[in-house]
Parts: sequence; structure tokens; C-alpha cells
Amino acid sequence: MATTINVSAATAYDARAAARARRRRVPLGRRLRKHGTGYLFILGAAVCFALFSWWPMVREVIMSFQKTNFAGQTKWVGFENYRHVFADPDFWAAWRMSGLFTLFALVLGFAVPLAIAVVLNEMRHAKGYFRLLVYLPVMLPPVAGAFLWRWFYQSDDSGLFNMVLHDLHLPTIQWFQSSHELAVLCLVLFSTWANMGSSVLIYLAALQGVPGELYEAAELDGASILKRVRHVTLPQLKLIISLMLMLQVVNTMQVFLEPDAISHGVNGTVSVVYQIYDYAFSSLNFGNAAALGILLMLVLMIFSGIYLKLARSVEED
Amino acid sequence: MAAVDTATRTLISRAQLNRPAGKIAYWTTLCVLIFLFALVFLFPLYWLLSGGLKSAQEFAQIPPTLTPAHPRPGNFAKAWDDAGLARLLWNTTYYAAGALVFQLVFDIAAAYAFSKLRPAFGNVIMFGMMATLMIPTSVLALPAYLTANSLPFLHWSLLNSPWVIWLPSVASNAFSILLLKRFFDSIPSELLAAASIDGAGPLRALWSVILPMSRPILGVVSIFAVVNVWKDFLWPLLTLTDTSAQTINIGLFQLSVGLPENILIAALAIASLPTIAFFLVFQRNIMSGLTAGSLKG
Repeated sequence: MATTINVSAATAYDARAAARARRRRVPLGRRLRKHGTGYLFILGAAVCFALFSWWPMVREVIMSFQKTNFAGQTKWVGFENYRHVFADPDFWAAWRMSGLFTLFALVLGFAVPLAIAVVLNEMRHAKGYFRLLVYLPVMLPPVAGAFLWRWFYQSDDSGLFNMVLHDLHLPTIQWFQSSHELAVLCLVLFSTWANMGSSVLIYLAALQGVPGELYEAAELDGASILKRVRHVTLPQLKLIISLMLMLQVVNTMQVFLEPDAISHGVNGTVSVVYQIYDYAFSSLNFGNAAALGILLMLVLMIFSGIYLKLARSVEED
Repeated sequence: MAAVDTATRTLISRAQLNRPAGKIAYWTTLCVLIFLFALVFLFPLYWLLSGGLKSAQEFAQIPPTLTPAHPRPGNFAKAWDDAGLARLLWNTTYYAAGALVFQLVFDIAAAYAFSKLRPAFGNVIMFGMMATLMIPTSVLALPAYLTANSLPFLHWSLLNSPWVIWLPSVASNAFSILLLKRFFDSIPSELLAAASIDGAGPLRALWSVILPMSRPILGVVSIFAVVNVWKDFLWPLLTLTDTSAQTINIGLFQLSVGLPENILIAALAIASLPTIAFFLVFQRNIMSGLTAGSLKG
């Protein structure tokens, strides 16, 4: 009680002095113990972050300005790694591939789950069936899914897709060999199949939150079903849609499994991460790999930043 | 069933659906969707399973057969042995379980400190952890690999040991700390003050007051932890080079060259079964957990 009176008297002329006085009343030992316990609780996670996030982050930047040989000598080379990476004819090809993958993934992998969720939300039967099935591929080990699809895409007629074309008396297709765009599209098709389960579930959950009165009002105003989707559903889901969009861009720009396990980089399907991996572990050129990594990071941080900002506003809603 | 579902109004009104045209449209769409979903999501799994039953000749046959002419269940046993699936599945489970334990212990402790103990500069450390959410994981794979290859100062190599999965998994899931911290923030501090008057230290308060109240969020964080290990490809590809230490993804990836195709497909089928079974059993919890977690942002 006495402290409270003291403090309130102090605030009358100097709040800062009061705060200092209050702090001084807590004995040093207890303060140390309090902070010490706090730090002890943080220690485990902080060590993991320091070893596998913070230090690697710094190291990536350092490495991008160095050249290493495997006798353990490193030398500073300024921007030479960056110059080399830019001059590499594969540089723009890799960015084009990752960009094209992201673009197709936006058209397919982003729009399809949304459309499916909107339609499924209208269904009054078999809801459990739909939810279960759409999520099944997400549960496969990714490599198992990738190999299964590689087998579907087989260019001789033993592939499932060519078998179907054959049965329909259509010409069969060399899925990966015939063109770069088709090869990328095939990878995106697999990726969409494998990953859309979680997006569909998220959209379905979000659709539950759209107030029915809005549809009611729109219907009274004579809006058709498509118009209701456009003017009610989409605006109501705007935040979650833009969130998923950013996440989709960040994830698909980092594509690696698909070109590595399905198309083996055939026909220009070498993504940026594939290229980083190639620099580092085929040519053992860590400097170039680090420089390309930094460039990828700079591009993706913009999207991650927007994502985090949007995520915060979703939470505040 | 249907009566309960129609309680909330959606895009299309019930009146519209109950008209004859509406009914026809609804049932046609429903049937088409049920068929399409089976085709798109079940048929590939059937193809995987039936492919594993075919003989090598039948597998290479053009055009492929829809059902195996002479099913060979022996393929699965052969795949189990030749691909060392027992080893791979055990490794993956072991890594996932360990990652789960490490993440639960470290993340809960850190989130509790950030939320309730609030040591000096705790916010700065927390900000440092959250900032890593902005950095794409694939970019850090190379320097993190070098760190795992030779730890700073100690110069131990973690490659091919479970630690190389467990410790980085904590650092790559800053999002879980954020989720936990937000949840702990919503638990009133008065409860902790009361526990403290009863003589409970911070650890006791965490164990007996906070954790029992946090079951839903612990479920979400656990699912993320396990799924991440299960799905990861690039990191284990770099760090687990010994065949005896590999995860199911990496093991299958590297075996794909040496195995006959029908045996490989049988191996893929076996590898897919445990999680699908797990999913079928726990689907309700998994789905609610995933959507709750993702909507939180």
C-alpha cells in the first residue's frame, strides 16, 4: 500500500523518476532471477534459431562475396559472384522457368481450389467424401506422388495419359520433350493435384463465415448466381484470397521437387532453386549458389512481407 | 443430415434448389462431382496399387491393363525387402517424433517466456525469430547445410544423424511460436498470479495452469511439426546421404534408379499406406487443426 501512495505522488511531477523508483524497489536478485528464468526458457529455441537461421543468414551474405576452394581457402571477390551468376546463360532461363511455373500455378493451382470450394460449399450431401478425397494426395509422401505422375506422363504408350489419348484415337504426346511450356504445365498439373487439398479446406472454412443475408439481399436485387459469386462471395473472401495468393507465389517460386523428381530438368525445366542446388553440389561453386540465393531471397521477401502484413489484418478482423 | 446442413443460407437459396429445375441441376452436379473426385483423387491411388501387383512384362505392356491379369502380391514383399522400406519408414517416424518433441518443448517454453515471463529484450529476440518467416527456407538450405556439416566452434558434424532434422525443425517453424504466444496471451495473467501466490514457480505454472488450457493449439502445432518432416525434400536430400539414415522421400528418390519399375511402384504404394491410414483415423482432428491454424494467419 505504501508503495502505491509513494508512486502516485511521484507521478505528479515526474513519471520517469517514478518508474525508476519502482524498479529500484524490486531487489536486484529477484530481478535477475526473473529475467534469468525467462532467458532459460528461451534458450533452447534461441540456440536452434542461431545455428540454423540467424547464422546461416549472415553466412549466406558473406559467402555471396567470397570464393571458396576446397583446400579451405576463401578470398573476398566483391560482386564477382553476382556478375558471374548474371552472365550465366542459365540465369534468365531458370528465372523464366520459375516464373512460368508460378504463373501457371496461379491460373491453375490458385483458381481451381477456390472454384472447387465455392461449388462444394453448395453441396448438401457427401461433404465428408469430398473433403476426404481432396486431401488424400496431401497425405502421400511427395516423392511417391511425383513418381506416380512421372509414370502417368510416360511418353511411350505405357503412360496412363497417353493410353487415354490412344483409346480416344487421338495422337499421343511427348509430355516433357515436345515443348518447354507443356513440360512446365505438366509439372504444375501434378503440383496442383498434390497440394490443393489444404487450400480447398481453408476456403471452405472461410466460406462458412460469409453472412447469408448478403446473398439474400443480392438475390432480391435480381443478381444471378455468377453475379452473386462476383459481388458477394469474392469480396467477402478478399483477404483470405490475397493471403493464399501471396503464399502461393512464395511457395511456387521455390519449386524444386517437381523439376528434380519428375522432369529431371529436361527441356529447360530448371528452376531457380534447382540452379542453386546445381551450383552448390554439382559444380561445388558455393559463392555462385549463395549469390543466386540472395537474389531469390530479395525477390521473395517482398511477397513474404505482403503476406505477413495481410495475415496481421486477417487476424485483426 | 441434409436438414442440419441447410440451416445456413449459402450462395443458392433453398427455394431455388427445391424448384424442379433446381433439383435436377443440384443432383446432376452432385453426381458429376462425386464421379470426378473419384476419378481425380481415387483412381491414381488405385493405379498405384494395381501397378504394384503387375508382373514386369505386364507393367511394360502397351496399352497398359486396367486390372492386373495375374496379380502378384509377392511384389509388395519384394519391394519391402529390396527398398528397405522398414528402415525408411522407421527413420521417418523417428525423425518426425523427435522433431515433434523438440518443437513442443522449445516452442512452448519460448512462447511462454515471451508471453508471461517477459524478460528484458524478449521482444527483440521474438522479433528476430519472426523475421525468419520472411526468408524462404530453400535459400538458407546451403549455409545451413555447411553449419550442420561443421557446427560453429565445436566442429561437430550433424550430417546423417537425427539431430540434423530435429534442431533445424525448431528454427524453421517460427510460425508455431507465434501461434503459441498468441494463445498464451489470451490466458489471463490473474490465473498465473493466483498460482504464484499458492507457491507455484514458473515451470509449475506452465505445466499445471497453461498447458491444460492449451490443448487445441498444441494439436495444431503438433500437426505442423509432423507434416513438415514428412513432406520435406530438399533439406533431407542434402543432409542425409547415408542410405541407413534416409527418410522415406529421399530413400525412394534414390532407389528409383536401381529398382524394376513394378517393384518401385509397389514400394510407393506401401510408403503411402501408413499416412493414408493415419489420416483416415484422425481426419477430423487433422482437418480442423489445419484450417484453424491457417486461418490464424
